Amino acid sequence: MVSDHALLQITGLHKSYRARERSVDVLTAIDLSVRDGEFATVVGTSGCGKTTLLKIVAGLVPATSGEVLFDGSPVTGPPPGLGVVFQEYGRSLFPWKTVRQNVELPLRRNGSSRAQRRGTVDEALDAVGLGKAADAYPWQLSGGMQQRVAIARAVAYRPRLLLMDEPFSAVDAQTRGDLEDLVAGLRRRFRMTVLFVTHDIDEAVYLGDRVIVLGASVSGVQADIPVTLPADRDQITTRSSADFGRLRAEVWAQVRRTPLEKA
Amino acid sequence: MKAVGYALALPVILLTTWWVASAESTNVFAPPLRTIAEAFGDVWFSGRFTRDVLPSLGRLAAGFAIALAAGMGVGFVVGRWKLARDLTAPILAFFRVLPAPVLIPVLLVAVGIGDTTKIVVIAAGAVWPILLSTADGVSAVDEVAQETAAAYRLPTRTRYALLLRAATPQISAGARQALGLSIILMVVSEMLMSTDGLGFTVVQFQRSFAIPQMWSGVLLIGIVGFILAKLFELVERRVLRWHRGHTGQGEQSW
Repeated sequence: MVSDHALLQITGLHKSYRARERSVDVLTAIDLSVRDGEFATVVGTSGCGKTTLLKIVAGLVPATSGEVLFDGSPVTGPPPGLGVVFQEYGRSLFPWKTVRQNVELPLRRNGSSRAQRRGTVDEALDAVGLGKAADAYPWQLSGGMQQRVAIARAVAYRPRLLLMDEPFSAVDAQTRGDLEDLVAGLRRRFRMTVLFVTHDIDEAVYLGDRVIVLGASVSGVQADIPVTLPADRDQITTRSSADFGRLRAEVWAQVRRTPLEKA
Repeated sequence: MKAVGYALALPVILLTTWWVASAESTNVFAPPLRTIAEAFGDVWFSGRFTRDVLPSLGRLAAGFAIALAAGMGVGFVVGRWKLARDLTAPILAFFRVLPAPVLIPVLLVAVGIGDTTKIVVIAAGAVWPILLSTADGVSAVDEVAQETAAAYRLPTRTRYALLLRAATPQISAGARQALGLSIILMVVSEMLMSTDGLGFTVVQFQRSFAIPQMWSGVLLIGIVGFILAKLFELVERRVLRWHRGHTGQGEQSW
């Protein structure tokens, strides 16, 4: 399922913001690639620039220097074939549009017929278990369901690369588990490539084929850990397996190591 | 139902009090309400309706529509681009405090006494609250919503439409103010320079000592304003249904 083709290739990425006369480095010397079909998770302590990294990849924020290649072309603005799911589902969905209209909105561009679009939207809504809520408004749904709408919108768009920015941070633990399994299933079903940012180490290990640890305060990619767990994962058995425990300890150690090394 | 009862109770009491208190009035300037009511029927359910009420409403509608289109258009530009905001801020601050009726003598000389002058006065006064609230609304549209639209590469036109739609709660608040201003300016402009219309008629009756008729005109202007405000509320409730849901307020009763 994972090919050798690097869909996303980041080389020497650097980002700094100017704040009152001095510039603050947010990301330095990031080298990273995501292969076609891969599920890569990015973890790091808060303030390490995870979200900035994702926004640069999405073409929403310009890099200060370095190169981001998406499918071989440099990213200068939002590239075609990119889906996003943000943490703030309530602000990412358009409240005056129904669930169906929200999911359909990005599809209008690609020249498909109305009937085709309707089919695509229905399929995506069914895939996230919201087939019956198509005509509701986002604000009539629970937080977890709203995030499902955002996921359905991304799935219906058929992105080459799906970017997810801490998508489950704002929902309760059980909903979170359900949504993790939903995304894992959708990724297999639609063969999606995913770059998933989270601050939750367990989530990163549970979902990823690879866990990329960003160093705290400007030290590039701290570690790149392959997740050697079977493809079929389960909230109960996977999370209680010895391999899972070993991996999460390894990631933890890497996340922890950063500030000590700097001191 | 109970709310409707409460809303009607006080007006009914006040009208009844007025009716009873003025019944024996011999004061020429405060005739009995009964006389005013009779005059109301005689004056307004006649040729005057088409001759004076409809032209007034037409000018009001035209002025308000122009204010709405211009205010939303310019307000969008000012709210969307910081450069536009910085460039226009002092000018907007100046015109916003300039009372629209001062335009009347100027326009009277420049344009003449026709409908155009009155429509321009209404539009020139009503445009500001719409313009400023549109600019506020557009500049405050949620960043996540805008990033979502950008990441999914929505066409520019769609993204602008989304910005305006997201700003409708603010635009609507400005438009409500503008509607009130429009009615004031309609009456004032007709009082000062007109040969027909509600404002003209009231002044005309006053000058010819047709006091009950004058009173009936005042009542009619009040009623027109009330009906327009209610119509506005009806439209607003439809357009902003999502906003009340989104911000967690229930359906409000009138």
